Amino acid sequence: MATTDSAPEAGDLAQTFAGYVPSIESRDIVELRESYGLVIDGEERESRGGSLATIDPSSGERIAEVGAGNAEDVDDAVVAARRAFEAGWRDLAPRVRAKYIFRIARLLQDRAREFAVLESMDGGKPIRESRDIDIPLSAAHLFYHAGWADKLEYAVPGMSARPLGVVGQIIPWNFPLLMASWKIAPALACGNTVVLKPAETTPLTALLLADLIQEADLPPGVVNVVTGAGETGAALVSHPGVDKIAFTGSTGVGKQIRRQVAGTKTRLTLELGGKGAHVVFEDAALDQAVEGIVDGIFFNQGHVCCAGSRLLVQESIADDVLNRLRRRMERLRVGDPLDKNTDVGAINSHAQLERIQEFVEGAEAEGCRIYQPGGDLPERGFWFRPTLVTGLGGSERIAREEVFGPVLTVQTFRTEAEAVAKANATRYGLSAGIWTEKGSRILWMAERLHAGVIWANTFNQFDPASPFGGVRESGFGREGGRHGLQEYLDVTPVAP
Amino acid sequence: MTDRLSVKKTYKLFIGGAFPRSESGRTMVVTSPEGAVLAHVAKASRKDLREAVRAARAAQQSWSDRAPYNRGQILYRVAEILEGRSAQLRSELEAVGYSADNARADVETAIDGAIYWAGFADKLDHLVGGVNPVAGPFLNLSHAIPLGVCALAAPDDGGIRGLLGLIAPAIMAGNSVVAIAGGRSALVTSTLGEVFATSDVPAGVVNLLTGDHRSLLPWAADHDDIDLMDLSGAPVDVVADLEARAAQNLKRVARTDGTEDINTARAFSEIKTIWHPARI
Repeated sequence: MATTDSAPEAGDLAQTFAGYVPSIESRDIVELRESYGLVIDGEERESRGGSLATIDPSSGERIAEVGAGNAEDVDDAVVAARRAFEAGWRDLAPRVRAKYIFRIARLLQDRAREFAVLESMDGGKPIRESRDIDIPLSAAHLFYHAGWADKLEYAVPGMSARPLGVVGQIIPWNFPLLMASWKIAPALACGNTVVLKPAETTPLTALLLADLIQEADLPPGVVNVVTGAGETGAALVSHPGVDKIAFTGSTGVGKQIRRQVAGTKTRLTLELGGKGAHVVFEDAALDQAVEGIVDGIFFNQGHVCCAGSRLLVQESIADDVLNRLRRRMERLRVGDPLDKNTDVGAINSHAQLERIQEFVEGAEAEGCRIYQPGGDLPERGFWFRPTLVTGLGGSERIAREEVFGPVLTVQTFRTEAEAVAKANATRYGLSAGIWTEKGSRILWMAERLHAGVIWANTFNQFDPASPFGGVRESGFGREGGRHGLQEYLDVTPVAP
Repeated sequence: MTDRLSVKKTYKLFIGGAFPRSESGRTMVVTSPEGAVLAHVAKASRKDLREAVRAARAAQQSWSDRAPYNRGQILYRVAEILEGRSAQLRSELEAVGYSADNARADVETAIDGAIYWAGFADKLDHLVGGVNPVAGPFLNLSHAIPLGVCALAAPDDGGIRGLLGLIAPAIMAGNSVVAIAGGRSALVTSTLGEVFATSDVPAGVVNLLTGDHRSLLPWAADHDDIDLMDLSGAPVDVVADLEARAAQNLKRVARTDGTEDINTARAFSEIKTIWHPARI
């Protein structure tokens, strides 16, 4: 497709779309089964809590049935994990543990395409993203952490570090495999064993990962996967045999979990919601900033906890930036997640689609202006157009709460101090973006923005070596890097 | 002349650099082991707690903006002033039943602990921060940031070390604090305010409330503008309830006991990570 510097006229656009030939990634590489059980103690077991259907959000059709683990299933998994921990994983030579994790990383790279297609089928994300980001980054997390397993004495110099035991990990539906790897890799590297609870709507890649872990010959029980919905997760959180819970998901559920573990010895890390501010100054490189804004909010349909969902643009350039942004949004292709040209895929579930619709309708009712580019949407499945919300006062629900969809609110500011005040006017604190060519302004802003991760002149960058996590109601604890390791270790002073 | 009538001290709260009585007008009696009344110490109320949090919040940003080196020097100054006041503090401990040896040991470990943390301020980022080797053309830096306002439940029987052991690492990392203690620690808690007031610690960075943990801590746990609670001195049977209440704004809950090591420094800080492209 030819690109032009200026916005295409309406006629050009029509022609572009009329002549469009999709480039569909084949589903054949994935061998789907009718139903899947739980993976406990190295074998597949039927769930005792019934089953639930997982849906392809681009069609609304059922892909497969998976187990809905009940409290007994969770108990079996925790017992298996405990046995595996005490029977050897804990005491395995660190280099051997490292080699196991390297193996998983390599096997994942071998089967990257299969995982990418399955991820896009089950979750609705564009194949371009699952292929170029989710799967390679998952492998990178495994590879990075594998190398830590035999170097833990350097993780916290001067202190002694021991594994915690059995860790329960509850992950969300927006990055299913990435979150699984992100959680399993450091846990295993530090010598813990795992009970993983994938999200209700996206369990398939975690189950395929469990297959692959068996293929890598890990001892039975080291990684157990119990699929299910909220009750399954709650059973895991309240299990007395779990030494640590790592949760990624909504702030609401995070608070429930916090209450559930109150008064127990269970350690907890929470990676929760966000309402990231994206601050653009008048001296910013505007083309790059617009790309960053688009990536910040439309990446993965905006189903991203660290999404830059609030644009704060300096008043003097607001019209210019919004014009560029609208032009760019007109070119975003919304549709089939398996089309390699798709920019914005399917909304993950019908429930999430309704939630996003409710937010945007509410904003309209509160007097905000809504902009959405045109173009056809597929007839079946769950879709939402990239959306720009302007005319906000700042107190609207859409300006304060996490939408978790492709919806960007816009406000303006005049001074740095005003930008900081507006950016920090939220209870969240996960990410923030700064666009300016002035270095001292970046550092001054970065110090003052309430966020665990700051992206300056870039956005949505992730790396296993970089600690990720929030402040305030975006949760606590870090994942990734040296800092993330410490969340899976009992760190005590070295005995004299 | 030995028959001079002595001037007795009024034991008050320390909020925003001033020494108010409790707005509630309430006091609690502190007695010697023999039951003699030593003082009617101000008993902090919910409103006093709110005022203290307000003062702490107002002071926090500029305190954390100071260079770690400067915070370290001010902490060292706290230790210096404490050394000068050690006779007074020892006598207050002895009055509530400490042996002379124990009173001396408490003051000395508290002073030495303050020195430890004074020297930690400009090491924290060395120890927990740094460049992360990400797989791309980026500079990626992590460093420690303070939580914000910390509520510190110092043990009622922890003496000065119990109290200062929590305050020092918290302010070392750039937090402001509201510290709470009662019981046998009430007298020295109040007196410690005089140390902070004369140590170049900016008003509001340290606020001290004498009172009852069982009434004050649930209010602190419910308070939306407190970012962390250290429950080292909280009564064991209320910890579960406090942790559940803390979920409301996800304030962090720690129990450092003021242990002088990296774990305590980490408990009072969080990691912020900054990315910037390194490609033109």
